[in-house]
Amino acid sequence: MNSVVQKVVRSQLRDALRSRWLTVYALFFALLSDGLLRFSGSDAKAILSLTTVVLIVIPLVTLVLSTIYVYNAREFTELLLAQPIRRSSLFAGLYLGLTLPLAGGFAAGVTFPFILRGGGDPLQRGALLTLLAIGVVLTCVFTAIAFWIALRAEDRLRGLGMALGVWLLLGLLYDGAVLVVVAVFSDYPIERPLLALSFANPIDLARMLMLLRLDVAALMGYTGAVFQRFFAGTSGIALASAALAGWVLVPLTLSARLFRRKDF
Amino acid sequence: MITISGLTKRFGRVDVLQGIDLEIARGHVVGLVGPNGAGKTTLLKTLLGLTHADRGTIRIDGVPIGDGGDVSYRARIGYMPQIARFPENLSAAELFTMLRDLRGRPADLDEELVTKLGLESQLDKPLRILSGGTRQKVNACLAFLFRPKLLILDEPTAGLDPLSSAILKDKILAARGEGATVVIASHIMSELEELCDDIAFLLDGVVRYMGPVRELTSTTRQANLERAIAALMIREVA
Repeated sequence: MNSVVQKVVRSQLRDALRSRWLTVYALFFALLSDGLLRFSGSDAKAILSLTTVVLIVIPLVTLVLSTIYVYNAREFTELLLAQPIRRSSLFAGLYLGLTLPLAGGFAAGVTFPFILRGGGDPLQRGALLTLLAIGVVLTCVFTAIAFWIALRAEDRLRGLGMALGVWLLLGLLYDGAVLVVVAVFSDYPIERPLLALSFANPIDLARMLMLLRLDVAALMGYTGAVFQRFFAGTSGIALASAALAGWVLVPLTLSARLFRRKDF
Repeated sequence: MITISGLTKRFGRVDVLQGIDLEIARGHVVGLVGPNGAGKTTLLKTLLGLTHADRGTIRIDGVPIGDGGDVSYRARIGYMPQIARFPENLSAAELFTMLRDLRGRPADLDEELVTKLGLESQLDKPLRILSGGTRQKVNACLAFLFRPKLLILDEPTAGLDPLSSAILKDKILAARGEGATVVIASHIMSELEELCDDIAFLLDGVVRYMGPVRELTSTTRQANLERAIAALMIREVA
C-alpha cells in the first residue's frame, strides 16, 4: 500500500477510535449479540436472529454515518488536496479510514460475547464467520455507495435523503416488490427473472449467502428459496460472492472517478 | 512567477471565471478584491488544483499545472482556506505531524507563528473544543509551516482578534521579505493596502484592473484603497 494512503488512514482511524459513534456502534452489536445468545437458547438461533438485524442495521447505519462523514470531512479534504499528494491516494485513505473502523466495530461487537463464552458452539463457527464476512462486505458496499452520493450531491440534506432512499429501496421496498412480482406472475415460471432480480440487491445477495450457509431456506424469503434450489452447494456461494464483490467494486470505482474529477 | 491566461470555469449555469488573464511577479504580494461571487475563491482553488478549469492555463515558474497528475508543485505552496474545519478528535499537534508526514518529513519547519499566536497551550487539545478563532490560528500556522514559496490566503484574518491579526500580517510581510509570493483574497481594504504591492480587481469572472496599489488610488483620485475600489465598482457596474 502506498505510504500516503497509510498516513491518511492512520489519522482517520485515530479520529474514529476517539469518536462516540464508533463506540455506540460496536456496543450495540455487542449487546445484541450477547442478548440473543442469552435468550435464544442455541448459538444457531442466535446467529440467525443476528443475521436478520445485521441485514437491516448495517446498510442503514453505514449509509447515514458515511454520508455525514464525507460531508464533514469536506474542508479537511480540501486542505489535504492542497498538499502534494495524489487524489487517488487521498480517496483510498478516506475510504479505508471510514470502512475499517465501521467493519471493525461491527466484527468486534458481534464476536466479543462469543469469545466470552469460550468461542461458542464449535459447530456454529462457520456460520459465525460467514455472518462476520457478509457484515464486513456489506459495510464496504454501503460506504462506497455513500461516498458516491455525498460526492455527487453538493447539498448535504439532499445527500442524506438520497442515502435514506437507497436504504428504503434495497432494504424494504425491494422485498415488497418481489412479493408483488411473485403474486402477479404466479402462473408463469419466474424463478430465473427472480434470480436476476436478486443480483440487483446486495442485501439480498448477503442474505442468500447466509442462507446457503445455514440451510434454513424457509426463513430467508422467496428469492432465497429459489436461489437455493438453483445453486445449492459451492457454486451458489461462489456466484453470490462474486456478485457481492461486484457490488463493492462498481460503486467504489465510480466514487473514485468522481473524486478524481470533482471540483472542490 | 505565476502566469494565468484565458482561464474559464463554469459551474452549472453560472460562468464563474470568464477568461482570467493575470501575471503575478515573484516576491510580490497581490490582493484579490471584488464583490461576493466575483470568482476570487474559485481562482485560488484553481491555482491549487482543487478546481479544474474548463479552459486556459496556469503556469508556475513556467511549468504548467493541470490534470497531468504532477502534484509536486504543491509542496511549495502554503494554503489557508476560508473555513477551518479539521477532524474533531485530533489535536493540532497530531494534525501538524500528519501533514509533515504527508510531505515526507521536511526538517526545516517554521513554527514561529505557533509561539507568537500563543498556541502552545492549545496544541494537545482536541480540535473540536477549540474556538473558531483558535482554529483559524491553527489554519494560519499550517499555511506557513513548510516555508512555502507561494502563499495562498483566503480571507486570512477573518475571525482573528486584532492582536493575532497584526501578528499574522507581520508574518506575511516577513515571508515576502524572504522572497515568497503571496496571493490574498480579502474584503478588508485597509489590510490589503498595508500588505499588498499589487491589486487585482475581479468582477464577474474577469480581471478588470491589475496594478500597483498606489496607481489605483491616483488614477481614481481617491484617498485610500477602499474608496478607490468603491469608485472602480461604481464605474464598472454603471
